[in-house]
Amino acid sequence: MTVRDVAVEAYKEALPALAASLVGGLIAGVVLGGMRAELRAVPGLLVLVPALLATRGNVYGSLGARIATALHQGLIDPYVTGADERLRAAATAALANGVLTSTFASIMAFFLLTFLGSPVAPLPILVGIAIVAGLLSGIVLTVVVVTVVFAGYRRGRNPDTIVGPLVTTTGDVFGILFLLIAVRTVLAIAGVF
Amino acid sequence: MLPVLFVLTLVELGSGLVLGSFEAQLLQYPSLLVLVPVTIGTAGNLGSILAARLSTSFHLGTLTFSPADDELAGNALATVVLAVTVFPIIGVGAWVATLVVTGGPALPFSTVVLVALSSGITLAVLAVFVTFTATYVAYRFGLDPDDVVIPVVTNVCDVLGVVVLFAVAQLLV
Repeated sequence: MTVRDVAVEAYKEALPALAASLVGGLIAGVVLGGMRAELRAVPGLLVLVPALLATRGNVYGSLGARIATALHQGLIDPYVTGADERLRAAATAALANGVLTSTFASIMAFFLLTFLGSPVAPLPILVGIAIVAGLLSGIVLTVVVVTVVFAGYRRGRNPDTIVGPLVTTTGDVFGILFLLIAVRTVLAIAGVF
Repeated sequence: MLPVLFVLTLVELGSGLVLGSFEAQLLQYPSLLVLVPVTIGTAGNLGSILAARLSTSFHLGTLTFSPADDELAGNALATVVLAVTVFPIIGVGAWVATLVVTGGPALPFSTVVLVALSSGITLAVLAVFVTFTATYVAYRFGLDPDDVVIPVVTNVCDVLGVVVLFAVAQLLV
């Protein structure tokens, strides 16, 4: 194949996935652009954003890849009803990894910003936001990944090619959306005390 | 898996600190804030798609690490052309989104599109460089590029996405 042939094939293969994640990324951007009041109210929150978004991608992308492999190997059936023990264990592990990593990110961000002398919200606020956002987005992403990958597989699609674009698109949107919900929830609870 | 996630989190916090360093500018110009997730995401995707293709070629034995290799050159070319295709759309989308959400963008249309396109082309070139290097290093150390290269490339491109957006915003805004 010539350079041109390779380039044309690569271009055609990548464009749909990029277009899907572009839409997701823009929606996430709109939500982020609309939460400027929250970003001002919680110094250090913006520093957490890339870490939280990447965690969604890394954890639930890996869950999706594991489910895809298990389907290929015939270890699980593509039905949610009577959920398989393996599937439940993989989903629980992903959720635990997601929440623990988000919590770690918030603690490290607090200490890094304190060390650098930058303004930062109290540690319990940041940790609370990270846990609530990690838990809510994790539950929704697990349901989305399992449902869509199963549905695609039953319709004869290769689950490996569904997982990547699906997780990058929904991970960004739900990651930011639940971050906004978590900030409002935690600030409301903190306002009571 | 947890230790890997923690290390990647520390890398991502680095890009968070860069983002924090121009927080005032981002809050002043919401168009730039809207660009953040989509720029990071697209940069990571360009890198991971390229990495996945190179890994497959590598496993099929059709890849050689020579500057004259058609497989390498074609994939590099496609990455840059993809960036030139999608980043102007990202710029237009971010400008329109800001208009809808905030009622009036603080930055002119041409500036937002130019920021998106310049960041995109720079990121595509960097993604090619990072992916080639990571794939070559994995090959030299006898590691399976599927396991190592994709997570490394995705997260490095995430960080570069923020750094490049920061640099371009300082130059053009």
